[in-house]
Amino acid sequence: MKRVSRTTLLALASAAIVGQLQPASAEELTVMATGGAWQAALRQAWFEPFAKKMGIKFNEQEYTGELGKIKAMVETGNVPIDLVTVETSTVLQGCDAGVLIRLDYSKVADRSRFLPGTALDCGVGIDVYGDVLAYDTTVLKEAPTSVLDIFDTKKFPGKRAMRKAPAQNLEWALMADGVPIADIYKVLGTLAGVDRAFKKLDTIKKDIVWWDAGAQPPQLLASKEVVMTTAWNGRIQNAIDQDKRPFAIVWDNQIVEYDMIAIPKSAKNLDLAYKYLAYAADPEVGARLGRFIPYGPVLTDATPFVPKEVLPKLPTAPDHMKSYLVGDVEFWGDHGEDLVKRFNAWLAQ
Amino acid sequence: MSSIALPKIGTTDRWDGLRPLALAAPLLLLLLFSFGAPIVALLSRAVYEPTIANALPHTIAALRQDSGAGVPGEPVFLALAADLKQAQAAGAVYEFAKALNTRLPGARSQVLRVARIATQDQATGKEAMIKAAPLLGEEQSWAAIRTGTNRFTSFYLLSAFDLRWTERGTIGAVPADQAVFLRVFGRTFLIATIVTLATLALAFPLAFVITNLRPAVAGMVLVLVLLPFWTSILVRTAAWTVILQKFGLLNDLLLWLGLTSDRLELMYSRTGLIIAMTHIQLPFTLLPIYSVMRSVKPSLVRAAQSLGARPFTAFWRVYLPQVMPGVLAGCLLTFILCLGYYITPVLIGGASDQLISNFIANYVNVELNWEMAAALSFVLLASTLGLYVTLTRYLGLDLFKMG
Repeated sequence: MKRVSRTTLLALASAAIVGQLQPASAEELTVMATGGAWQAALRQAWFEPFAKKMGIKFNEQEYTGELGKIKAMVETGNVPIDLVTVETSTVLQGCDAGVLIRLDYSKVADRSRFLPGTALDCGVGIDVYGDVLAYDTTVLKEAPTSVLDIFDTKKFPGKRAMRKAPAQNLEWALMADGVPIADIYKVLGTLAGVDRAFKKLDTIKKDIVWWDAGAQPPQLLASKEVVMTTAWNGRIQNAIDQDKRPFAIVWDNQIVEYDMIAIPKSAKNLDLAYKYLAYAADPEVGARLGRFIPYGPVLTDATPFVPKEVLPKLPTAPDHMKSYLVGDVEFWGDHGEDLVKRFNAWLAQ
Repeated sequence: MSSIALPKIGTTDRWDGLRPLALAAPLLLLLLFSFGAPIVALLSRAVYEPTIANALPHTIAALRQDSGAGVPGEPVFLALAADLKQAQAAGAVYEFAKALNTRLPGARSQVLRVARIATQDQATGKEAMIKAAPLLGEEQSWAAIRTGTNRFTSFYLLSAFDLRWTERGTIGAVPADQAVFLRVFGRTFLIATIVTLATLALAFPLAFVITNLRPAVAGMVLVLVLLPFWTSILVRTAAWTVILQKFGLLNDLLLWLGLTSDRLELMYSRTGLIIAMTHIQLPFTLLPIYSVMRSVKPSLVRAAQSLGARPFTAFWRVYLPQVMPGVLAGCLLTFILCLGYYITPVLIGGASDQLISNFIANYVNVELNWEMAAALSFVLLASTLGLYVTLTRYLGLDLFKMG
């Protein structure tokens, strides 16, 4: 009896070892994204259909968008992910740091099909989103009319939430201080301009609650912790549409930006990662995300495929483009590090 | 007879001392390799930074030929162009630009630009390079490069104290808009002190009450104290956000009781942070005090009173000195743990309640400046160890004997 069980064990063990040595029969692709309603939308629009089409397994991880996590993977030589979603300025930083690979666009799509600034050397655009202002209509009796109303503590007293980063906040501070939209980055490129922006932020510093993750603004509004918050438009729209929250979005003086996806250095399934990028660059596929979260396509030929009922919710809808700023990636690539340092020092003081 | 027996006892003693050490050796080795070595490796980044020196071999040689301070001559610029070209090919330019940028704000983009130009073999001369990167035409930039070529640096450790080397070669304060860390260290120690005192104020009477309860009831009260202790710190912190938020349980209760007329701002404030940290740390202060209190004989206090001491005198001169080791051990434990708090300040504290760990995490994760993170970690570790040594040496406290 004892001998039999030992033989069985041995057989089982060797089977297990052999099983581990052989490659898995189904191919796998692993993506790391920034979670929340947005990642759920990516899953429904692209990840699951792609997995089905290719007959592969699609794994997902979440992170908060810091380059440090990818850098640590690359430096230790253990890169368990094949694709990663990143902000545009992080693409530039990761590209220079050699953490993200330079893409071979012949395997993706014709670069000219992308909106200007969305087909970068190390990252390709996913969607267009707006940095907007959101509030709870049952809390604020009088509706704000511009994102810049966040600086008006007399008319709208109470705590307000902003993203814990210098990007967008400095731009809005200058706009609120009277700098014309066309000159924002010119002014912000000077030391006096940066001082001016921080001085404007000083006026509301004690009333600000800072958020890190994109899922926080709807939560802060729902718990009535703040009376208004800056946010990514899709997160708020989903809270309105799916959770039936009484929220509203203020579009005037929004900042338009792009999400990106990139391939980290030493990714194990490089071919499959490229196939995914090519798949998502199809006009019809590219327009699909809008059905699940109101972010616009970065492909110029995808607009006809965006569902009619989604169009008026996009940051690029004509009604939302009366006064807006396009986030300057190059500026943040160049000055990001210094301004983040200054911002953190300012926060701590 | 004794002349034979004595040396025998001597050898047994020596072996007795070594045997426990041999038993502990596997654990000590594991600690050394999995704990000690990585810590030393990381902390060494605070003082050893070869990035700039590695990127500029030709420039260093040329700078040695170049006499005097200030902006050097043509040969150094030619060498710099060659170095940048090489670094670009090896993919090391970014690391170099980032390392220089830490010392010379704004250098990053200019270095990257000039490296791109150098690779295309245009404009490798002094004039053209200064045109592409105006910083290279300034004296202070070359002072930064010269000090940067030294592989061992005091830059990060000085920065951790808001200090820097000035142009005149003396140590001075950094500009006011960059001074952060002294303030943050001060805040970390202040909050740790407040939380330690708050837990002591709660734990001392509680431990005293538990000691004097019937064993069955005492056991139940202890379980009540320990139950949250076994829950994840993240869960407890999240629970506090539910209680403390503006429309949360505590504010509802206070309004209902009529104690406040307005909803208090407890979330994202220092008050909320201290409340949550005090709750989380309570068992750490309580348990050492309780274990010592249980071993104190009640007859001693009674004896003091029977000899004529008033209750307060009996408490102050007989009871307190006996439980003092437990009080100190509990407080020290809580204080040291508070110094390293990370997740609770993130979730409950406001922007001006972030502790030093939050800054270390930011340098590691977001800014990718692991040298600065290492320097801050070093200061934190050194001050913690210093505190421990001071307390054990001068107050006669021995945590190892407490166990």
